[in-house]
Amino acid sequence: MLREPRLVEVRRNVLKQNDVLARVLRERFREAGVFVVSLVSSPGSGKTMLLERTLTLLRERYRVAALVGDLATENDAARLARSEVPVRQITTGTTCHLEATMVERALEGWNLTDLDILFIENVGNLVCPASYDLGESLRLVMLSVTEGEDKPLKYPTIFNSADVAVVTKMDLAAATEFSWHTAEESVQAVRPGMQMIGVSAKTGEGMHDYIAFLETQIAEARVGAA
Amino acid sequence: MHELSIAISLVAIAEEEAERLGGKVIAVHLRLGPMAGVVKDALLFSYAAACQDTALEGSRLVIEDAPLVVFCPRCKTDRVLSSPQPLRCFECGTPTPKVVGGRELQMVAMEVEDAA
Repeated sequence: MLREPRLVEVRRNVLKQNDVLARVLRERFREAGVFVVSLVSSPGSGKTMLLERTLTLLRERYRVAALVGDLATENDAARLARSEVPVRQITTGTTCHLEATMVERALEGWNLTDLDILFIENVGNLVCPASYDLGESLRLVMLSVTEGEDKPLKYPTIFNSADVAVVTKMDLAAATEFSWHTAEESVQAVRPGMQMIGVSAKTGEGMHDYIAFLETQIAEARVGAA
Repeated sequence: MHELSIAISLVAIAEEEAERLGGKVIAVHLRLGPMAGVVKDALLFSYAAACQDTALEGSRLVIEDAPLVVFCPRCKTDRVLSSPQPLRCFECGTPTPKVVGGRELQMVAMEVEDAA
């Protein structure tokens, strides 16, 4: 005979393991004085192109490196290697997002104190990466003009988890009849107060403001850490 | 579709707790917020697969929806929103960047059956 089932209160965060490790990583990054920027977006919004330009523009003044997540290929790492900074690929296989443990493993053998800025390019996906803290200092969400202005409304969780929104492929804005105003309304609806920066990694439009934004964030982090 | 990896984590945690509590697990209760980034149906579907060949096999997953709670800086009070778009106070229309609740992905209880 079985007794009535008993209901036992058990409070456990399902992603606690990831959250704990992300906190450890964040502390390591802070101690080493490295500013970590993660990039999230849908596939094909231009993460690798933007990152390639970013690394090239920053490498004169900062010691930069990148980790790139990809499901199956190493194409992105090969492209980024052209920017002549240390780049490591994280091939996730069937996993649709990066987790803190993958970042920790990918960092093995790197001396973090040799870096000023580390970029982490997540797998192209606007759903799954939202739940996983990677220990980053800044999460940058990208939206390309070809995707439509309502992307933030469709994926509120990831836009809400980000610190800045970068609109890419601005050189195609006129051709796609992209409305900056509508996109801004969408961003503000799901993440009130978040800054939005428009760029074209191809023509260089907006890149100055975008780099200036990153530099301000880095300077503020350094002041905060001092 | 990261719900399967979340279901696997959930089952691992439940197995740990089951060992501590003793008895057979009948159900696992989870509190899920709309901003957790997890699709309820996909998680329910993945749960059965994640339970296979574990002590949790045959158990149910009961998902309780956590409300989306924001703080309105103008009304100086918490507001429960029905949707994350827009994140705005429904009384005064002020944007509410501060999300107080709604990111929960938390196991809250387990139903355990003891052998007589």
